[in-house]
Amino acid sequence: MQTVKMVVAGPYAAGKTQFIGTISEIDVVSTEKATASIEEQSIKNSTTVAMDFGRITVDDDLVLYLFGTPGQKRFDFMWEILSEGMLGFIVMVDSTRPETFREAVNIMNTFRQYATTPFVIAANKQDLPDAWSIEDLRIALRLDNDVKLLPCTGTDRESVKTVLLELLFSILEELESEALIEE
Amino acid sequence: MMQPVTLTRKVVKFWPQVDSGYNQNVHDTRSWKPMALKGNLRDFSTTQLLNLINLARKTGTLTIQGGSDTAQMAFREGKLIRATLASEDHTLADMLHKSGKISGKQAAALRARSGTIADKELGLLLINAGYVTQHDIIQSVKQATLDVIYKLFAWVDGMFRFEANKLPENKHILVPIDLDGVIMEGSRRARELEQLQHELPNLDMALKFTDRPDPRLRNANLSVDEWRVVSFINPKNTIGQIARANNMDETKIRRIVYGLMQAGLVDVIEPVQKPKVVEQRPMTPKAAAERRSLVNRLINRIRSL
Repeated sequence: MQTVKMVVAGPYAAGKTQFIGTISEIDVVSTEKATASIEEQSIKNSTTVAMDFGRITVDDDLVLYLFGTPGQKRFDFMWEILSEGMLGFIVMVDSTRPETFREAVNIMNTFRQYATTPFVIAANKQDLPDAWSIEDLRIALRLDNDVKLLPCTGTDRESVKTVLLELLFSILEELESEALIEE
Repeated sequence: MMQPVTLTRKVVKFWPQVDSGYNQNVHDTRSWKPMALKGNLRDFSTTQLLNLINLARKTGTLTIQGGSDTAQMAFREGKLIRATLASEDHTLADMLHKSGKISGKQAAALRARSGTIADKELGLLLINAGYVTQHDIIQSVKQATLDVIYKLFAWVDGMFRFEANKLPENKHILVPIDLDGVIMEGSRRARELEQLQHELPNLDMALKFTDRPDPRLRNANLSVDEWRVVSFINPKNTIGQIARANNMDETKIRRIVYGLMQAGLVDVIEPVQKPKVVEQRPMTPKAAAERRSLVNRLINRIRSL
């Protein structure tokens, strides 16, 4: 049985656990605990402390695992461990919380240092009234035009599928461009 | 038969080069609902906001609720057309007085007499009476607008909200100002105010001695604290670690490091223990083909979900 891994990273409460839960064929194995600080509690009551773990069985001998990283900075020692051997990664951004944008960029840059695998940015919670538009987010996050920034609603299966597919397309494009170079 | 020429029509004819769109409705309702653009300056600074409005060529009004004041700025297609502070008077008389075009007495008299006369009409009356020129008025309005917006660069906290397509009332003289220059000048001023934070935004960086020290260093005298910092300079030590080792707070270490940088003694660098980039070994053609096949299987599976 072959297994491949994708990592879902992002700031605290960006919706990583929900994203994985929406697409995973098993209930997400979450290592959650009650949030520590009052500030965190004002956003959500429990948080991922080690990782979330979702699974999609492709066929008899291939399984895709989705790993969600803990969002808080104090658990960033886990990120490098989780990123090892990943096929690609998704950075989740909460489109309604500009206070987390800077952190999202930091996380994106950190993971890019861990591995040169393709990645996409998912602008989550686009269904909420306070969500920033994709155009505004691209400017706010200072993303180059070649970085995929995708609107996302983590509770919507089709939206989650689109994000995963776009990441896979990027991975495929990179593999094909590598093949062209070798030729 | 000749149409009667009203003052309003004259005014409209007189100020067209200032802002041709001022006579639109205050609220231009459209069928689509613009997406939210709100937050706090703590997370998205004035510079970033103006940059966004400029790049996205936005039209609307930005309101910032600061600690002790409220600012409103109106934009048309990314250009600043008006900026006001709730705590300040922004009548034409006041703007002309601030720019030195009229005296305080004249301004007070105008305020008392003009009553409900719109700025545009008052401007026309003043020009016709020979008090000021059109150029004087435009420059005064422009300067007053810039004075407000430059103050906002120093605001680091405050809720902001951008209301798309909301524009000021018709009565104001609106002078379009290109934001490129405003952002540059505002940023420069903000840097002057918070130079330390700008120069040293990240205490996780390390320090190294410059390769080619400034010749002036021969005459430099370091303080005891500066020597304490210098003794810890090593690409492995972050600035934060140096501060902790010397029991210094963030402000103190920033001030010392900035001084050393300005003297040409040290440079800020990435610490050496940053995460290593995983080297990817080139794949064999067979492995690459297998990998492509694997990704295609993943794509097909996710499509089928």
